[in-house]
Amino acid sequence: MESQELLEPFVRMLEAACPPAVVRAIEAGESAAPLWQEIAQSGFLDALVAEEHGGPGLALADIEPLIAALGAHAVPLPVAETMVARALLAQAGVAAPDGPIVLVTAVAQPVPCGLVAEHALVATGEALMLCSIAEMSPAPTGVTHSLAARLSGIPQGPTLPRPTATLRAIAAVLRACLIAGAAARLCDLTTAYAAERVQFGKPIGRQQSLQQMLAIMAEDMIACRIAAQVGAAHGIDVPMPVAATAKITTSSAAPRIAATAHAVHGAIGISAEYDLQLLTRRLHGWRVADGSESYWAQLLGTARLAGAETSVDWLRHSVFA
Amino acid sequence: MFDTLTLAALPVEDEALRPAIRTFIARHVAALPLDRRARSWQGFSADFSRALGEAGFLGLTLPKAYGGQGKGPFARFVVVEELLSAGAPVAAHWIADRQSAPLLLNFGTEAQRHKHIPAICRGKQLFCIGMSEPGSGSDLASVRTRADRTDKGWVVNGQKIWTTNAMHSDYMIALVRTSGTSADRQAGLSQLIVDLKAPGVTVRPIVDLTGDAHFAEVFFENVELGEDALIGKEGEGWKQVVAELAFERSGPERIYSSVVLLDAWVRHMQVARRNTAAALVGRLTTELATLRAMSIACTARLVAGESPVVEASIVKDRGTGFEQELPVVIADDLAAHPDEPVSEELYRTLMYVTHIAPSFSLRGGTREILRGIIARGMGLR
Repeated sequence: MESQELLEPFVRMLEAACPPAVVRAIEAGESAAPLWQEIAQSGFLDALVAEEHGGPGLALADIEPLIAALGAHAVPLPVAETMVARALLAQAGVAAPDGPIVLVTAVAQPVPCGLVAEHALVATGEALMLCSIAEMSPAPTGVTHSLAARLSGIPQGPTLPRPTATLRAIAAVLRACLIAGAAARLCDLTTAYAAERVQFGKPIGRQQSLQQMLAIMAEDMIACRIAAQVGAAHGIDVPMPVAATAKITTSSAAPRIAATAHAVHGAIGISAEYDLQLLTRRLHGWRVADGSESYWAQLLGTARLAGAETSVDWLRHSVFA
Repeated sequence: MFDTLTLAALPVEDEALRPAIRTFIARHVAALPLDRRARSWQGFSADFSRALGEAGFLGLTLPKAYGGQGKGPFARFVVVEELLSAGAPVAAHWIADRQSAPLLLNFGTEAQRHKHIPAICRGKQLFCIGMSEPGSGSDLASVRTRADRTDKGWVVNGQKIWTTNAMHSDYMIALVRTSGTSADRQAGLSQLIVDLKAPGVTVRPIVDLTGDAHFAEVFFENVELGEDALIGKEGEGWKQVVAELAFERSGPERIYSSVVLLDAWVRHMQVARRNTAAALVGRLTTELATLRAMSIACTARLVAGESPVVEASIVKDRGTGFEQELPVVIADDLAAHPDEPVSEELYRTLMYVTHIAPSFSLRGGTREILRGIIARGMGLR
């Protein structure tokens, strides 16, 4: 109920401030500052800040639909990451800077939204460090339209204690929620297109082969939604198996969902001017950010093999507890 | 799309059933060999089902007035999850408890309810479902078995096939044509309770590729039934069957059919002190986690009083795909280590699941039919 009350104004704000034209402009190098202003003014950035630190103290599960909406609207800024960073900073008594913050869980590979962030919350092993992104020399990847950045250098700034969960586990759940939101939007777009596009004298959605493909897409979409909700159910202190469930399910499904969306749309779907690519490119980016399905599968499988529980007991105690 | 299917949690009072059913399982199931337990909901034991009924684990969703436990679908989820993950032989009561009793509760007369539901709850009346016929598989509306009115009730002629456990059952709930012809499709179909001991009924078991005989052919030759054989309204059989199938497709049984094998394989690697398949274990375990959450979400729709036909199809299609993948990847892993001994029990279990796995996406509606139902739910047909 509460989530729904939050979601409606948030989605209205995104629809007004972040239509596809704005996404494209920012991806083409225009300033993201006006969009950030709108989002910051909406007051949602401190949603996760605890009441004792002056925030509304919402749980990650409460704002999971909002993060999904960010994914569905292809928002070209690290909004969910900033929400988590601001909650962690408040918890540690460190003043949060203005501007978008990315969560940096590794520097060997590009970080999504690194080019539009102003700050980074960096996992340095035992601690977290807040720094200006400029200190990490963000460099474009050379991939057209991508806002990911290569980061390097040793950051300097205030340190805060590591949360109970790893930063990567929290970031993985955010990616899962973003994927789930984009997957839902892609499912809607693709189903609508299949119902409209006429070939061989009837809508292509009347073909059984397409119906079967789209049914699988819907199954993947629902699996992503539920797995993201599993991930968000534990708040920002995410246990590894919970993050792994969310990220493995969504990262495995992301390429299939993107592939079906493009297959049904045909050539127009891969044109730059059509909106589909704003979502499918992001799906692939979030899939590989903060650990792919195999990364988390290795971690979870190793933990599972170390214990004697049956599958159901292991899940009940490690994922659903 | 399908917006109501969201994460739900098992209520504490239903979770509270878990210790008791685990104790029961430890006493009745733990000693069974692995390949017997792998049969799970194809494993038939009338004694086990009666003991389960006596212990109060049947009819969980049914009202106390009819001998049930007066709980809800979440309670059934907890008990069924424990039974299936242990590989309990639940086939004897399975259909009566899951489908027949709820069907009779929804559509039956007071007399039918009192005659059957309390006995089902004690594991003493076993039911089968007569749907498929030689010419009617996925195209169920084309059934040709007929029931014609007589002055005393009905006379049935025709044949059913692939009827699970017909040879062990006391009654069949049969979908039959009571008016028109198969060209009339869904119209003119009704559901009848057939006493399988009635004159004119012949049941012939069919042996499957694993050597088990869990399904059968059933012939009806001028089988006379009373007026009270009709369930619900004449001509409403199709609607009733669709509601019934939502029960069949939405439970945890559609994700756990191979879980005994999964657990045995994990134990095998632990004994062999081998970590090479950790990523595979991780992927399979999280897929089961997501399926479990999806199945609980679907159960929550049942609790809300809905008939989640499309949602149940989503869970069943994905769940059976997972169940079928397990023996394939586990066989590959075991045989990728040709110098590592595999116990006879694990080998037999693996091969049993491998051979029976195609049935997972046939029974209760084929994969292709389910995807058609989902596509209809998406507005595509």
